[in-house]
Amino acid sequence: MNIHEYQAKEIFRNAGVPIPPGEIAHTADEAAAIAKKFGGTVVIKAQVHAGGRGKAGGVKLAKTPDEAKAIAAKILGMQIKGLVVHTVLVTPAADIATEAYAGIIVDRASKKAVFMVSPAGGIDIEEVAATTPEKILRLPVDARYGLLDFQAMRMGEFLYADIKQARAAAKILKQLYRAFSESGASLAEINPLVTTPAGDVLALDAKMVLDDNELERHTDLMALRDETAEEPSEVLARKANLTFIKLDGNVGCVVNGAGLAMATMDLVKYYGGDPANFLDIGGSSNPEKVVNALRIITADPNVKAILFNIFGGITRTDDVANGIVTATKQNPLKVPIVIRLTGTNEEIALKILTENGFSAMTDMDDAVQKAVQLATGGKAA
Amino acid sequence: MSIFIDGSTKLVVQGITGRDGSFHAKQMIEYGTHVVAGVTPGKGGQTFEGTVPIFNTVADAVKETGANTTVIYVPPMGAADAMMEAADAGIALIVCITEGVPVLDMTRVYPFVHEKGARLIGPNCPGLISPGKSKVGIIPGRICTPGPIGLVSRSGTLTYEVVFQMTRVGLGQTTCVGIGGDPINGTNFIDCLAAFEKDPDTRAVAMIGEIGGTDEQDAARFVKEQMTKPVVGFIAGQTAPPGRRMGHAGAIISGSSGTAAEKIQAFEDAGMSVAKRPKDVVALLQARLRP
Repeated sequence: MNIHEYQAKEIFRNAGVPIPPGEIAHTADEAAAIAKKFGGTVVIKAQVHAGGRGKAGGVKLAKTPDEAKAIAAKILGMQIKGLVVHTVLVTPAADIATEAYAGIIVDRASKKAVFMVSPAGGIDIEEVAATTPEKILRLPVDARYGLLDFQAMRMGEFLYADIKQARAAAKILKQLYRAFSESGASLAEINPLVTTPAGDVLALDAKMVLDDNELERHTDLMALRDETAEEPSEVLARKANLTFIKLDGNVGCVVNGAGLAMATMDLVKYYGGDPANFLDIGGSSNPEKVVNALRIITADPNVKAILFNIFGGITRTDDVANGIVTATKQNPLKVPIVIRLTGTNEEIALKILTENGFSAMTDMDDAVQKAVQLATGGKAA
Repeated sequence: MSIFIDGSTKLVVQGITGRDGSFHAKQMIEYGTHVVAGVTPGKGGQTFEGTVPIFNTVADAVKETGANTTVIYVPPMGAADAMMEAADAGIALIVCITEGVPVLDMTRVYPFVHEKGARLIGPNCPGLISPGKSKVGIIPGRICTPGPIGLVSRSGTLTYEVVFQMTRVGLGQTTCVGIGGDPINGTNFIDCLAAFEKDPDTRAVAMIGEIGGTDEQDAARFVKEQMTKPVVGFIAGQTAPPGRRMGHAGAIISGSSGTAAEKIQAFEDAGMSVAKRPKDVVALLQARLRP
């Protein structure tokens, strides 16, 4: 789960990380009032689940409350990578002497949480890794012991020659690790970690991604989810316990299992079509899930044909068939449907479908080709 | 022969009285797997289906039955503890079916299990089956048949699709292993490839990968440097957009790494046959098996 910068900052602050104050605004007037309260120059930052906010014009300085109002009016409602900005963070502008990077992620190869720190901060860390890898220190953490003092200090000294700043950074890294592990995060990042002309070390930005699998343990963090910052169809799918990702094509796909769902999308492309979505109805065979899946897919006006690809293992294909019948009785389909199912209770499923006027196929390739033909009006191969 | 499980497998089912655990315990018993014990805390002393003794702890189950393998169907928040309990009890092979185990839990489980010398398969996996001998997990028995192919995959139903297509044309399997779709899992492709290379009955291997991480690329290097048996590969997720988690927690293209294209390239560089469609895996295996 993605959370916003201001939410991540709150979590980091609670762990002790020094972060300048800030308040959020949903309107230009609110932004002006906050700027007036802080006095002096403020930074107005779009709160949106997308990287590259600065480049997109979503981060701007304002010298006066009037200017803050004008800038906030421009940023609120703007689209960054297709996502509309509903909230801005207003924070006093800090004097910056140097910019560094500090982050922690779960690394698949070492099977550990790994810190990455670099004195070259403020920019995309992947770019630093690609062009000047010697400017990055990677440090794996054994989860059983946590980040040890000497490890934090080694990173502090890698970042700063000044011992006081190195110590301050080490302390921040330990606080960052605490925030990361106690929140059940899969990523926590400070970019930039700055020094001020007075020599203080501060976090000016904060990013955090929470592990969806851990949210059950953190009901307080669950409340941070901002559904207005997500694709509406994906919010609906999550509530129906479906894994759904919207894409730009016109063949709506309903599949059981993530790997088979990806392979189905690939096969749609292979036969000259374009998938409208990724949708995994999961392993359990609940007709209600099929009803919800069809509701979400048919709401997409791009969808010109619907393709079911079900390999019944735990999933009972007769449950899927019943789901299709129920759903189409409630909301008759306006686009053609191609059903492929095989496996558990296949004979019963075929009988249910035939009795209700549907035909079904058993071969995956045949079904995909037919769905592509229907979606493209027979133009594709 | 086969890898990891066979007729000598003596299985414990952790979570045997739960909805999934009880359903699949029955299926495994029907298939012929030696299910020697179940574990559900608080239900020790009872029996499952009148035949399988239930214990409160894995340690008790091992002591009383000599179990050497476990399969875990406990809910996600308790799965990490279940895996570590099994390793601590001296179980040699731990198969965790549970989906949704927090990844930070796995950063603790992995070193623990490793130090106890146990092999962990999963979590978030369909388990494994050595057709005709033993099945541990949820792979449907009737879609498999004994034969010369070793299969290893990160997926569940996509594996069924490929196995079923093989079985339909009479191409059987020594063992099918689902290693799971999570970012941190106990057994990777290389572990399975090495075992298939050593298994005298396995003549060719099918490797079904997907986007995310570099496990397939590492495996391709292993194939090139260490394998004498032919390997056929398939990668799911060629049309997946970057930065989005495609169902499996581990199936995500991060930045520019973990794409299907780079994995397919690695397979080709290693001299593997790469299937464009799932059904092509069968024909490529048959071609590589011809003398």
